Amino acid sequence: MNLTLNIWRQTGPDDKGGIHTYQLSGISPDMSFLEMLDVLNEQLNEKGEEPIAFDSDCREGICGMCSLMINGEAHGPEVTTTCQLHMRSFSDGDTITIEPWRAEPFPVIKDLVVDRGAFDRIIQAGGFISANTGSAPEANSVPAPRDKAMRAFNVATCIGCGGCVAACPNGSASLFLGAKITHLGELPQGQPERYTRVVDMVGQHDHEGFGGCTNIGECAAACPKEIPLDVISQLNKDLRTALKQGL
Amino acid sequence: MAGSTLHDGLTPLNDPSEQKSDDAHGYYTLGDKLVDPNAPTGPIKDRWTTRKFENRLVNPANRRKLDIIIVGTGLAGGAAAATLGEAGYNVKSFCYQDSPRRAHSIAAQGGINAAKNYKEDGDSTFRLFYDTVKGGDYRSRESNVYRLAEVSANIIDQCVAQGVPFARDYGGLLDNRSFGGVQVSRTFYARGQTGQQLLIGAYQAMERQVAAGTVESFTRHEMLELIVVDGKARGIIARDMVSGEIETHLADVVVLATGGYGNVFFLSTNAMGSNVTAAWRAHRKGAYMANPCYTQIHPTCIPVSGEHQSKLTLMSESLRNDGRIWVPKKAEDCEKDPRDIPEEDRDYYLERIYPSFGNLVPRDIASRQAKNMCDEGRGVGPKVGDFRRGVYLDLGDAIKRLGKDAIEEKYDNLLDMYERITGENPYEMPMRIYPAVHYVMGGLWVDYHLQSNIEGLFVSGEANFSDHGANRLGASALMQGLADGYFVLPNTIREYLADGPFEKIDESHEAVVEAKKQVEERISKFLSINGTRSADSYHKELGNIMWEYCGMERTEDGLRKAIDLIRELKADFWTNLKVLGSADTLNQSLERAGRVIDFIELGELMCIDALNRRESCGGHFRGESQTEDGEALRHDDEFAYVAAWEWGAENGPVLHKEDLIYTAIEMKQRSYK
Repeated sequence: MNLTLNIWRQTGPDDKGGIHTYQLSGISPDMSFLEMLDVLNEQLNEKGEEPIAFDSDCREGICGMCSLMINGEAHGPEVTTTCQLHMRSFSDGDTITIEPWRAEPFPVIKDLVVDRGAFDRIIQAGGFISANTGSAPEANSVPAPRDKAMRAFNVATCIGCGGCVAACPNGSASLFLGAKITHLGELPQGQPERYTRVVDMVGQHDHEGFGGCTNIGECAAACPKEIPLDVISQLNKDLRTALKQGL
Repeated sequence: MAGSTLHDGLTPLNDPSEQKSDDAHGYYTLGDKLVDPNAPTGPIKDRWTTRKFENRLVNPANRRKLDIIIVGTGLAGGAAAATLGEAGYNVKSFCYQDSPRRAHSIAAQGGINAAKNYKEDGDSTFRLFYDTVKGGDYRSRESNVYRLAEVSANIIDQCVAQGVPFARDYGGLLDNRSFGGVQVSRTFYARGQTGQQLLIGAYQAMERQVAAGTVESFTRHEMLELIVVDGKARGIIARDMVSGEIETHLADVVVLATGGYGNVFFLSTNAMGSNVTAAWRAHRKGAYMANPCYTQIHPTCIPVSGEHQSKLTLMSESLRNDGRIWVPKKAEDCEKDPRDIPEEDRDYYLERIYPSFGNLVPRDIASRQAKNMCDEGRGVGPKVGDFRRGVYLDLGDAIKRLGKDAIEEKYDNLLDMYERITGENPYEMPMRIYPAVHYVMGGLWVDYHLQSNIEGLFVSGEANFSDHGANRLGASALMQGLADGYFVLPNTIREYLADGPFEKIDESHEAVVEAKKQVEERISKFLSINGTRSADSYHKELGNIMWEYCGMERTEDGLRKAIDLIRELKADFWTNLKVLGSADTLNQSLERAGRVIDFIELGELMCIDALNRRESCGGHFRGESQTEDGEALRHDDEFAYVAAWEWGAENGPVLHKEDLIYTAIEMKQRSYK
């Protein structure tokens, strides 16, 4: 395959940055999208041009480190992570535009790499169950209804990639928030902190500069783990209950 | 225990002076014997309880005066950071990723073992201990493994309390499955994403301590040197990967929880960034590296599709229950559409060679035979280099017998993933599989306290060598990481810290200045060579050498050749490397250069270790040591020892042997007939 790549390059946080165009040929449809970028980087290195910085780690769709806007879509055209996207999803002769996540709370570090520390800080604000090591009761002493445990698991599969934020026209992290609120809120162990958790996490989310939910649904459409939109309903419901309690 | 016999008391089986073969003669010098200074005594079931009591306590008021550095945030590191933070110590946690939640523990699929015996199927602490020692082919340390089995049940309790959403039955109680060929159901799981859920549990517990102010998290930081003062580990030199700043971090104790080094093979199921640098820098500062040649190769991964391949993806082994593995009988059929190859022209080689076990032979045999078929020129799939590296795993018969729906229900996620990566529909076309490096049992040497031979340097999880011997059982890696992090380290570090805080040192200390200078000089060297080859190209070449000569089957001639090739590669690296950009920004090529040269040095040591061990055990198969039927042949009389290697710079490594003594279990040879 022959491709024209328009790629965002930015030397550092203070650089204005801009699109650079590269021609790439001899790409196999069996390559992953990131392997295609590996090939480009190897060629740039040979030519004496600094390779393009981008994040990836597990390259099997689970760690959440990879993060690219591909032709304006978070993680590209398929419902998967960028690392699991393959070149057979594109055609010979295509022009592909590659940019970093765009959101104020995710500042660009270099080229396609952004800082997602805001997500860690949201978890610090309350995305946990307080259970010191050694204090746990026997695991089967508290049964958890199977359907609730399954819902908890389904939303706990969130990989914290930030694709939902990048896809949202208002830069909201409501899907990320809702997934964690629902995961912990569906389990018996999560009940004692359920309502303080939602208040604390929403507070941190807003403090980081993420926008509110504007009911568009782009987040769920872009989510590589198919976290459903109804976690945002759960988030709002728990928040409403918490505020009623005067929290 | 009834039925098990104690072999002659505490006398070791092997005596180095009687070692009949030493293929690695000339590559190393023999050092003193190594003895675990903290080895426990007494009945095996009481050892850990007694030790926890004997180990001194640290007064809560003193804990906040003690600084602990933990490198790595996977299960072993994240769990330790959370627990030691909760206890009130000052913890500094480091990871190279952008968040602690990315660590590669997250990719583990299958599950986590625990001796809960919820199924009342005869499981017990002793049975889990026994299975783990046997699975490790009697090359692990008995006391450590027993402790692992003992704390396994506590892990499940802890994880459930944190909100890990394990699979449950209709009554709301925890579900179990049987895994890795054992006869009891002791594996707890969260669909095929158990590692992810356990890691998020540890991550959340750790972030809670960040909020509480007991843990400070340093993301996008890479440890590049260990600081040793008066024989004690006292800190690390780390590079802030965003600003490029070389930072000094000092502490009373340093924990390395930095994972395994499978990426020495370039292609593996490890993450792109998984590396040996932290462990290797510690090794060069004096920490022994134990059994580095013990590598686990998983038989069912998706094959390499071309020279561009950057990593490999595992497919659950459960597919071997329903899939039949074959290659064409005739090499000229290898390019054909497999559906056009008639039954009589297919070689179901595992069923042919191992009629009783067939497609379910152990991992190492399935892997080795796949390689043999491809080496004979009967591999399938795209040519990579001169060979096709793949064999068919055919679900066709199972689909005919059970129906497509039944197969879909069992393997749906897996088959989708296969189709996404290969572009082929496994319901219509036989799947292609090939073995891949998956886990390393070797690692830094530690004693019963998980302390290395450098005082104050503790090593946990895959980064240490202690629990899995020469091979690891399925669903045991997650168990070990969390056992070390939640339950072992917090109870052993306190014995060391009871003597602290240690004498204050600052950045002007000679040892700190020297360590920092070494790091800075190395970085400027990488940037100034200005040759023609990228770090990645060296990494790929190293991977090819390791896979060919130190992979599934190792021979004396092959290993000698590999050592020569690696030495040439190392010399070329230092004269012909090309790293662009500068040291004071994010520079991924620079990061890789540092990791690749450490892998190159490690690769040489792995080959020397494999050369020394002229026996087949667990994941280590020496061509010279097999039965008439081609099965692995262990030599307990010569090799029942841990090979702990000391860095010897240009004089070559120094081998210290630690005898493996079994008092609770009798050593046996395995058999599949």
